[in-house]
Amino acid sequence: MATTIYRIIKNALSHLVRQRLLFGATLVVMVMTLFAFGSLIVGNHVLTSALDSIQNKIDISVYFKTTTPEDQILAMQQTLEQMSEVKNVQYISKDQALQNFEQQHANDPTISQALTELGSNPLSASLNIKANNPNNYQDIANYLNSTSVNSMIENVSYNQNQLVIQRLAAILNISREAGIILTIVLALAATLIAFNTLLIGIYSNREEVEIMRLVGASNAFIRGPYVIEGVIYGIIAALISLAILAPVIYFTSPYMQVFIPGFDLWGYFTADLFLLFIYEAAFGSVIGIISSMIALRRYLKK
Amino acid sequence: MIAFQDVYKKYSGHDALVDVSFRISPKEFVSLVGRSGAGKSTVIKMLIGEERPTSGRITFGKYDVVKLQPKELPQLRRHIGTIFQDFRLLPTKTAYENVSFALEVAGQPEKEIETLVPEVLDLVGLSDKANNFMNELSGGEKQRVAIARAMVNRPEVVVADEPTGNLDPFNTMEIINLLKKINELGTTIILATHNKDIVNHLARRVITMENGRIIRDEENGRYSLA
Repeated sequence: MATTIYRIIKNALSHLVRQRLLFGATLVVMVMTLFAFGSLIVGNHVLTSALDSIQNKIDISVYFKTTTPEDQILAMQQTLEQMSEVKNVQYISKDQALQNFEQQHANDPTISQALTELGSNPLSASLNIKANNPNNYQDIANYLNSTSVNSMIENVSYNQNQLVIQRLAAILNISREAGIILTIVLALAATLIAFNTLLIGIYSNREEVEIMRLVGASNAFIRGPYVIEGVIYGIIAALISLAILAPVIYFTSPYMQVFIPGFDLWGYFTADLFLLFIYEAAFGSVIGIISSMIALRRYLKK
Repeated sequence: MIAFQDVYKKYSGHDALVDVSFRISPKEFVSLVGRSGAGKSTVIKMLIGEERPTSGRITFGKYDVVKLQPKELPQLRRHIGTIFQDFRLLPTKTAYENVSFALEVAGQPEKEIETLVPEVLDLVGLSDKANNFMNELSGGEKQRVAIARAMVNRPEVVVADEPTGNLDPFNTMEIINLLKKINELGTTIILATHNKDIVNHLARRVITMENGRIIRDEENGRYSLA
């Protein structure tokens, strides 16, 4: 058994080395496929992060009447937090609101002066609500507009921004779906190209397969080297494609940070590099193995 | 050792073999002669299980060839050395590797391979070309590599399908002499050919085929299609 495996690996390696042209041509296609595959994984991450970051900016604020007691507001916060649509609720007290307001207008003497003259805090306490899904804001707004709680509320920001939020939610949904579809289509196209290249490579060796059968080689002995070759293509192509992807990501990472604040693409890439390699190598190997199985099935049937 | 019993093979539209029956005993040297399309190659393909008859029975030693499952065919083929007009050598392997490949697939240990292959290459006179690839060898040399490969496993039978079809008269005689030598060492030889001189020179058993039928089967036969 060990001898057979040794011979299969030896045959695979010498076959690759002696068919350098075919090996090189196939490898180039595999590298391009895996580069596309890796870019799709990274691109998907970028898109998701960008969409998440936009989604995070959406919220509704509920401003309470100045007469509403704090314990009622906190009770409402609890009720809201228990709703399945709600991701989190942030309470901003009257004092906190004033502090934020003063900070924002610290450089504007007229406003600070007006506040001092007023003597009391004119701002309302509020709750900032973020939903799990932008489509849920309508349900949350419906609850807030219901008569049971409406009496405490001065104003719900959703009522003014409804249209913008709904449009943004629709755009986010479409973008996510488009991202998934595009990924699938491109991955499929890349897979088929790699697949065909490998099939043609094995097809060009069909006479060899015939000869091996004639001298009494078992199917496993014939198929083995092609399977090993598939795995070798997968591993080498994964390494090369990541080596090409790395500088691309390194140089684009700072630009990404401008678009998506706090997003570190290079950090993501380096942290997940090993996983990415495993994905790519596995993807390449599986293509190699399946194509060799399919191509040889025809010749090994007899 | 080898027996064809009422073997019949129909390809789409025409009969390739009709009622073919013969027996071949161990250590025989049998020539299978006939025009192109007479059915010589079909007989050989059936013996090594590359084609199945439409009806009839083929046995080789303990093997009932027609009933063998595809995965059992490699076992059968390791008992039969094959030589073809177009050599059928692996182009990405050297002469040495082409010969050793037949031993590798049979699971022979490396040590035995290292002793056997040089011996056989020496026997066919190619010791100095062991490391050459197929595109670096002449037609006669290629056929000698094929013979080395066919006999290295010490098979009971060597079948040769027009082995000299692509060779000049000088190389033709070399190949035939090698086959005779292998036969003298105890291996059965089945030689399909339409070379009259070879058959008459051999003066051994001749099975003559025409239109898929055996029309003559003579000990010490001569080439005659009339």
